[in-house]
Amino acid sequence: MVGGRLAQKTEELRLPTLWPATPMWENYSEGWRFSGEYTFARFFGNTLLMEAGNVIGGVLTAALVAYGFGRLNFKLRGLWFSIMLLTMMLPGQVTVVPQYILFNHFGFVDSYVPLVLPHFLGGGAFFIFLLVQFIRGIPRDLDEAAKIDGASVYGIFLRIIFPLLKPALVTVAIFTFIWSWDDFFAQVLYISSIDKFTVGLALRMFIDQFEIQWGQLLAMSLLSIVPSVVIFLLAQKHFVEGIATTGLKG
Amino acid sequence: MRHGVMTVAKPDAAKRPGRKRRGTGDANWAGYLFISPWLLGFFLLTLWPIAQSFYLSFTEYSLLDQPKWIGTDNFAKIFGNDPLFAKSLGVTFMFVLVSVPLKLLFSLLVAMALNQSLRGMDIYRTAIYFPSLIGGSIAVAALWRNMFGLDGYVNQVLAWFGIQGVGWISNPDTALGTLILLNTWQFGSTMVIFLAGLKQIPQELYESAAVDGARPLRKFLHITLPMLSPVMFFNLVLGIIGSFQMFTSAFIITKGGPINSTYMYALFLYEKAFKHYQMGYASALAWILLVIVAALTAINFFVSRYWVFYESDGGKVK
Repeated sequence: MVGGRLAQKTEELRLPTLWPATPMWENYSEGWRFSGEYTFARFFGNTLLMEAGNVIGGVLTAALVAYGFGRLNFKLRGLWFSIMLLTMMLPGQVTVVPQYILFNHFGFVDSYVPLVLPHFLGGGAFFIFLLVQFIRGIPRDLDEAAKIDGASVYGIFLRIIFPLLKPALVTVAIFTFIWSWDDFFAQVLYISSIDKFTVGLALRMFIDQFEIQWGQLLAMSLLSIVPSVVIFLLAQKHFVEGIATTGLKG
Repeated sequence: MRHGVMTVAKPDAAKRPGRKRRGTGDANWAGYLFISPWLLGFFLLTLWPIAQSFYLSFTEYSLLDQPKWIGTDNFAKIFGNDPLFAKSLGVTFMFVLVSVPLKLLFSLLVAMALNQSLRGMDIYRTAIYFPSLIGGSIAVAALWRNMFGLDGYVNQVLAWFGIQGVGWISNPDTALGTLILLNTWQFGSTMVIFLAGLKQIPQELYESAAVDGARPLRKFLHITLPMLSPVMFFNLVLGIIGSFQMFTSAFIITKGGPINSTYMYALFLYEKAFKHYQMGYASALAWILLVIVAALTAINFFVSRYWVFYESDGGKVK
């Protein structure tokens, strides 16, 4: 696989062989330069900007909603919780056309709003559920003690629950990052101008060219997974263990 | 939403006996305040779109002018006179039928292998989990397309053994199989859910079985499988729902071809809506998909009573 990324250009007339005769680092520099007007620096910047919004939105709002479901009592809580779980089973295709029409109506097509906004609205049922399970494992004595000290429900959230949620929130952040990096459907649907392209969309342009520059394509493909690799390695402990301890209780 | 949670939905899971303070105005207000982001998202991006898509399925709508009511014409055309509908549904059913069991089996085997306590298991776990984690990315789809091309790596390796490979992606007989393989390779989240399930099986069960002289296969059949069945059920339900929506690899690697042999339903729907701008027609397709998926899920839940084992029911198969 490494071979493909270094493959000599002449070999690209055919597909690269398993190991290149002469490594060619130009595939990286030429691939990076892309069309001349926009380089991959732009596409990485765009994607990371979108990711920053997604991760912040997902972590904050999923924690808020999970606290509501996990700790507070209100009318119809059970009903709303079941509805939330049911939405996980809804095929996304059912809502995609009207969502597109809605975003189009407000002029948000070809912007990052349709990609980022959903993350600010609870971050997805899966994450809320994950956090609710985690919150249920936090001893209620902590809440009670804080309450005696005069903390309100908001204070308990800010000073007790949110800090204790940290390991689970790391899991949420990583999942959000990697999944939105790979969420090609939404990107191809909503982003059309090249200056707003994400890394994934730029890679697709390589593929759709008449004559595919395999060397450059594979070089950039390799670079495109670097952020996910880094994020994953930084927090791999949380990733597998975190989900194993939060997910399956109750 | 691409991956699911770890446990079967329990409608009353949120109710906790004992603490009854609900109904007091303040607590109500705070509760709704905290869940308001999700509520807003639910109404704006889920409920309203579902209703809207139901309405649109009875209209002709191109985004440019107003939706025009045409009754059940869309459905009549889909069922009566659209070979692509039948084709894409057939391809998708085939895909689901093969890839879901394959992925379940494969992720269960990997999870069981990773559940051994060996030194350095964390590293193996990472090494195995990571590739599948990025499996959905476009970079991997590009690589896959390269690997399985006529001159790709797969055929180069086969050539060492004197086997003349085919163009796996350009051949209508093998293209769908190649996509199924790619999908199976993205076993990471399914595997982690199995792994978490395996870790929850009490070790005493295995120990007492060992005392009784049970062999590994017997332990697997009589302890692991029943104890794991709720997790298996969960993975099955979400696996089916997810597979019906398979899009990226069909879109990137094969574009539905050759000769529509990988023309997945999600791709069909996407092209109707965003290539031909037939929003009404696409909405009708979406609702047909919803009904199919809902029916399959309902059947799954019904059948699950005969094979899913819940420990809390006192040990009988519910």
